[in-house]
Amino acid sequence: MNESAHLWLIPLFPFLGFLLNGILGSRLPRRLVSIIGVLAPLVSFAIVLNDFGATIISATASCPSCGTVTALALPVAEALPFHWITIGALQVDLTLVFDQLSAVMLLVVTGVGFLIHIYSLGYMRGEPGYARYFSFLNLFLFFMTVLVLAGNFLLMFIGWEGVGLVSYLLIGYYFERNSAAAAGKKAFIVNRIGDFGFLIGIFLVLSTFGTLSFGGIAVTLSLQPAWNGTVLTVICLCLLVGATGKSAQLPLYIWLPDAMEGPTPVSALIHAATMVTAGVYMIARTHLLFDRAPIALWTVAIVGAATALFAATIALVQTDIKRVLAYSTISQLGYMFLACGVAAYSAAIFHLVMHSFFKALLFLAAGSVIHALGGEQDMRKMGGLRTKLPVTFWTMTAAVFAIAGFPPFAGFFSKDAILYAAFLQGTGGKLLWFVGLVTALLTSFYMFRLWYLTFMGEPRSETAHAHESPRSMLIPLVILAILSVCGGWVGIDRFSAYLAPAAQAHRPMPTGNSALEFILSIAAVLAALEGWLIADKYYRRKPERPAQLAAALPNGYKLLSNKYYVDEFYGAVIVKPLFAFSKYVLGWVVDTAILGGITWLLAGIANITGMILQRWQSGNLRSYAAWLAAGVAAILLFLLLTGSSHAWSFTLFHSEPILKVSHISVAQFGQAAH
Amino acid sequence: MSFLQHDVPLSWYLLLSAILFSLGVVGFLIKRNLVTVFMSIELMLNAVNLSFVTFAYQWHEVRGQIFVFFVMMVAAAEAAVGLAIIIAVFRVRSTLAVDRIDLMKL
Repeated sequence: MNESAHLWLIPLFPFLGFLLNGILGSRLPRRLVSIIGVLAPLVSFAIVLNDFGATIISATASCPSCGTVTALALPVAEALPFHWITIGALQVDLTLVFDQLSAVMLLVVTGVGFLIHIYSLGYMRGEPGYARYFSFLNLFLFFMTVLVLAGNFLLMFIGWEGVGLVSYLLIGYYFERNSAAAAGKKAFIVNRIGDFGFLIGIFLVLSTFGTLSFGGIAVTLSLQPAWNGTVLTVICLCLLVGATGKSAQLPLYIWLPDAMEGPTPVSALIHAATMVTAGVYMIARTHLLFDRAPIALWTVAIVGAATALFAATIALVQTDIKRVLAYSTISQLGYMFLACGVAAYSAAIFHLVMHSFFKALLFLAAGSVIHALGGEQDMRKMGGLRTKLPVTFWTMTAAVFAIAGFPPFAGFFSKDAILYAAFLQGTGGKLLWFVGLVTALLTSFYMFRLWYLTFMGEPRSETAHAHESPRSMLIPLVILAILSVCGGWVGIDRFSAYLAPAAQAHRPMPTGNSALEFILSIAAVLAALEGWLIADKYYRRKPERPAQLAAALPNGYKLLSNKYYVDEFYGAVIVKPLFAFSKYVLGWVVDTAILGGITWLLAGIANITGMILQRWQSGNLRSYAAWLAAGVAAILLFLLLTGSSHAWSFTLFHSEPILKVSHISVAQFGQAAH
Repeated sequence: MSFLQHDVPLSWYLLLSAILFSLGVVGFLIKRNLVTVFMSIELMLNAVNLSFVTFAYQWHEVRGQIFVFFVMMVAAAEAAVGLAIIIAVFRVRSTLAVDRIDLMKL
């Protein structure tokens, strides 16, 4: 262990920001609120950068000739200097772990988080509850950094629940709007279902390993290299349930599209770049367990691929610009799950990072468009904004090309790595690859559809007052655009080499060759190109075609535009029966009949007993005295009959000193009295 | 003092104490006048005092006699307070019949 990395400072500053803005915010001037709100993530980002830089030095200094460099040897684990929970043999400390995985994740969380804070300065200007907004945003960063830095399941769960809470608060930021409040509740409740699975998984880990720390689990697993019991599969499936809730995968993805009710920067930060990737991060963090559970891994892969395709098809026909991006997020998260499922954790994290760049950018650019149009989100009413919002247009273009997977943009490298890793996994893997490829085509299509509808062609509504956003919004756009273009140049090889100590799969991995990889990437680019060409045809050259197609396939169009009726299905199968059960069984039978009945019965018994006993309270002094005398007489009689052999009766009359002259005992006293 | 130990058996004292106590109880229960009831209480207290003294003497224990002093002191205090209450009650109700002083019931 080298010098301390002061990991606890990373969550501390956002928390201080939360406290300051949360408690005093409404009394502080807006300028001060802004400074506090933006400074907190900046300081955290600086600490992370400092620590990350130190790890890079140590990585390059691992050669013996380099001599001693004061560097950080990973992983760094720091526990706060007290035991958090000690129950029997179980001991849980507040341990923070900084390794390659959390380093990358923290860079994304604090870096992109900082940019989005800056963006929010412009976007939220003039909103009521400005301080509330920034305090929640800082609180989110606090919980997210706790989640990422956690060295054990319990601490991770706290962060996990915390980000869920903040997500709820920020989705319902415009709580005076009914739909926003409902969306917040929906997100929270659906996440609870996932969290339930996560909790069961944690309990199973505790009962199996006797510890909750990731390091302890790794030690146990390394001691039993051949062990892959069923319990590991069960644990992993439970963790997967948690991950599908947080990361909006099938079947728990339904909350994310509704989460777009929140302010757009929130959608960018929480519901695109960071929080929803927590499930992917969790799987990568616990990959030692997943490596031993092939069934669970395949489940992850299938869930991911299915979600990617499913969400992409819904995104084809959405007309709300943010909803397209929401379904796109779900789809891209599916890619990450697919990568996790084929044990390509580095590829998953690589795509996570790239996705956080271009998806945050897409959302922020969409926010800029919405801002310019005064709150309009319907793409059918946009169009021709290319010249009015040049910076937004160009940055958005970079993001669209990145997510569609064109080289040399960021998304190409990460998506390519995932598809390649999937292709190597036997026949099933080839099927997954094919699904991924089709999804890539669909992704390209709907992103260019959005691009054409928003920026190209002629304005379809009054956009004369549209104006470019303030500089505080444009600077983050430009930075993210640069990252979306150049981010992928790191290359998956260098990236996974850096990540290897923390995210290298501990299972035999198939080896490929560069020729195959090249062919596959050509195929992916062709798919993306095809998607672009179709979008170009439908939305530029023959703009009447989409309506014709929708008319030709009314059922298919209705199915997609109604999102496969999943919400309605859940409503009919789960929500309505649950309400009916609550109302009739729990409400009428359990509450009114059983619990209410017992209460009435108890009250009735007390009432009747009281009515009988109150006759005793005659107020007559002599009757009280008679009962008293009768009671004393009864006790005395009892003592006489049971005799002094009872220990308690002896102690009742026992007094110091113990009788030496014992010719008078209680029994004799009784005889004498007769 | 020796005659007490030899000629009068211990049980006699206790018997006397019991009789006095019973008289006190009976008086408490059957008399209607509050003052008489009050006197019955004094009788019971003194019956207990007698048995205290008896046992103390029998076992050569001084504590029993100390208890008697305590009882007498409390009895004196009680007499003062009790008589005050009786007077107060009489002023309000113009009667000392315990059967009619029954406002404490429901």
